[in-house]
Amino acid sequence: MVTDHPETFHNQGPTTVNRMADLTMPLTPAAGLFTANEAKVTARDVTVHYGEKQALFGVSIDIPERSVTAFIGPSGCGKSTFLRCINRMNDTIPICRVAGEIRIDGADIYDRRLDPVLLRARVGMVFQKPNPFPKSIYENVAYGPRIHGTTTSRQELDEVVETSLRKAGLWDEVKDRLDQPGTGLSGGQQQRLCIARAIAVGPEVILMDEPCSALDPIATARIEELIFELARNFTIVIVTHSMQQAARVSQQTAFFHLGHLVEYGATEQIFTAPSDTRTQDYITGRFG
Amino acid sequence: MIALYFVLMAIVAVAAFTVGAARGRRLQAAGLRLHSLPAYHGLFLAALCTVPMMVAIAAWAPLAPRYVESSAIAALPEAARPTTGLERDARLREIVLSAEGRLTGPAAANVEAAGRAYLSAQTTSKTVLIIAGILAALAAFSWGLPRVSADFRARNRFETFTLVVLIACSAVAVLTTLGIVSSVLFETLRFFQRYPWWDFLFGLQWSPQTAIRADQVGASGSFGAVPLFVGTSLIMVIAMLVAGPIGLFSAIYMSEYATPRFRSLAKPLLEVLAGIPTVVFGFFAALTVAPFIRRAGEALGLSVASESALAAGLVMGVMIIPFVSSLSDDVINAVPQSLRDGSYAMGSTKAETIKRVILPAALPGIVSAFMLAISRAVGETMIVVMAAGLAGNLTFNPLEAVTTVTVQIKTLLTGDQEFDSAKTLSAFALGFVLFFFTLTLNVIALRIVRKYREQYD
Ligand SMILES: Nc1ncnc2c1ncn2[C@@H]1O[C@H](COP(=O)(O)OP(=O)(O)OP(=O)(O)O)[C@@H](O)[C@H]1O
Ligand SMILES: [Mg+2]
Repeated sequence: MVTDHPETFHNQGPTTVNRMADLTMPLTPAAGLFTANEAKVTARDVTVHYGEKQALFGVSIDIPERSVTAFIGPSGCGKSTFLRCINRMNDTIPICRVAGEIRIDGADIYDRRLDPVLLRARVGMVFQKPNPFPKSIYENVAYGPRIHGTTTSRQELDEVVETSLRKAGLWDEVKDRLDQPGTGLSGGQQQRLCIARAIAVGPEVILMDEPCSALDPIATARIEELIFELARNFTIVIVTHSMQQAARVSQQTAFFHLGHLVEYGATEQIFTAPSDTRTQDYITGRFG
Repeated sequence: MIALYFVLMAIVAVAAFTVGAARGRRLQAAGLRLHSLPAYHGLFLAALCTVPMMVAIAAWAPLAPRYVESSAIAALPEAARPTTGLERDARLREIVLSAEGRLTGPAAANVEAAGRAYLSAQTTSKTVLIIAGILAALAAFSWGLPRVSADFRARNRFETFTLVVLIACSAVAVLTTLGIVSSVLFETLRFFQRYPWWDFLFGLQWSPQTAIRADQVGASGSFGAVPLFVGTSLIMVIAMLVAGPIGLFSAIYMSEYATPRFRSLAKPLLEVLAGIPTVVFGFFAALTVAPFIRRAGEALGLSVASESALAAGLVMGVMIIPFVSSLSDDVINAVPQSLRDGSYAMGSTKAETIKRVILPAALPGIVSAFMLAISRAVGETMIVVMAAGLAGNLTFNPLEAVTTVTVQIKTLLTGDQEFDSAKTLSAFALGFVLFFFTLTLNVIALRIVRKYREQYD
């Protein structure tokens, strides 16, 4: 049932025309983008309990580096739960227990000797609702470099802030008002600020949990473009409820249902020729 | 009789509500679509009928005594009628006592007659009130009942009524404050007619004993209030040094680190501190803390007065811990979880998150918690009376006895006093200064809160 054999689609290439993508701008990735990519995150048999309630059942998946992987599935199926396992944010929930194995670059992230705080510097996260800190735009982006001490001078920090804001496509809009509160930006700008904030720490993986669900279509399109851009340098995992979004931005798609990873493969394949009837039902909107 | 009036008012309200709502329901049953739900028609009628009754009693309350008194005086024979206001008051007292049968000694015949007139006038006035009230309610009712119809906007009318009631309540609160402030202000001005205000505000000598006879020593008191201000500030600073860190840090622990179980146990316990009467804190300060500090000081070779600012400040600090901790705990809890998640997800530790994200976000609330605690410390009297003494020393040394503004007000106004000596009036001036200080503090706190509001959300 679980198709965790990335090699089956690694060599496919984006030859088929995406059924969904023609609805909007087709962001078809360059052929070389994921064909040669190695697995960045590997999960084996991950099981999660909230107290007595089991939320994930033996999830195994390989997420290739420098590409976008989308998690789709009906509400409550465990997408966020699995996402939060990858940067150990579940540790902040007292009743949550995680079993199984997750490796990043081959290193077990649930190893006792590993500091979750350092892990989260390598695995950034963007949330469903934009959550800028009640600080200035500059301070929001400088937050990560400051706590990790990655910059030594004010000048260097300025540079990091500027590059991060540029990468997040926000620089031109805010460069004249860096000292104004981040909470004063529009929703879409706030979300890009949160992305800039995550980039500034210099992560390898960026997890996004429904990053566009609070945004209008134009702001959403901006973010999607940005995600596509970011995939050149980062490994991106995105949870989304929008089938079109998954089709537009991702190279791999994983379908979750009732805590199980039902199907995982190249996005084109999932959307054109799903092998599981549940996947088929879900993407054609028969249940959700 | 007056109690009867209020019972009547309640009955009228319930009856009007029932009738109005029933009529609304009948309309509904007849297949009409009402603009407002039947209950609103009931509420509208109830409000409509009780308001005139309230107006009636409000008008009656000041008028009735006048009518009753003048009819009692009128019952006296021409010759026995009082001519001066003072005489009138005395006569009336006599008449009232006789009417209530509490007059000791034999009453003059005309006083007894006047007493009877007094009683009958009282009955008349109350009867008039009740009849007027019922008539007013009936008039309102018969005006209002036909209005209950499908289109009648009872819901909006009742909304207006609610608004008026709310405005009236806030007006009472505001007017009371204004009244208190103006009476204090008035007495303060009287004090400054006798004593120059700059000597009061900037004088360094506080000895309010004025002489009873003109030739006594120290015939003129000295009202330089600076020692009191210094004493108050000294104790306030000590108290805040205790309550600030302890209160804030315990709030952080409780809201960020403690398990929910521990928190639900510890928080009420801490709040018990706020419920202990200040006089208990006072004798704790005087009998336990002050001697302890004295002994500890002597062991270190310091000279410590048996009543010291330190003892009072420490105990006061303990007293106001719950003000700081409980309020800060609430505002820290109100910081959205998404900010914490955002910070953790960037790889910051709990302490970094608290220091850099949570505390700045909660700052306005924390500032107001501190301000509230300071106002409390400045206004506190009992602990200082018992533990810091009465001596108006001008000193910044926490080991000496000092006195505070509130303690002096209490000392000046207790016991037998003539009410227009400089000594008593100076208490009002002190009260005014204290009020002004707390007001300033509140304004500053509001400013800070507003500044951060604008900036942050
Ligand atoms: N903090 C928590 N405590 C207890 N149960 C939780 C918690 N978070 C999630 N769950 C449960 O775990 C299951 C999976 O939740 P999860 O949030 O991962 O779903 P999701 O796929 O992200 O849904 P959505 O699309 O609505 O965001 C749900 O049944 C949910 O009730
Ligand atoms: Mg979710």
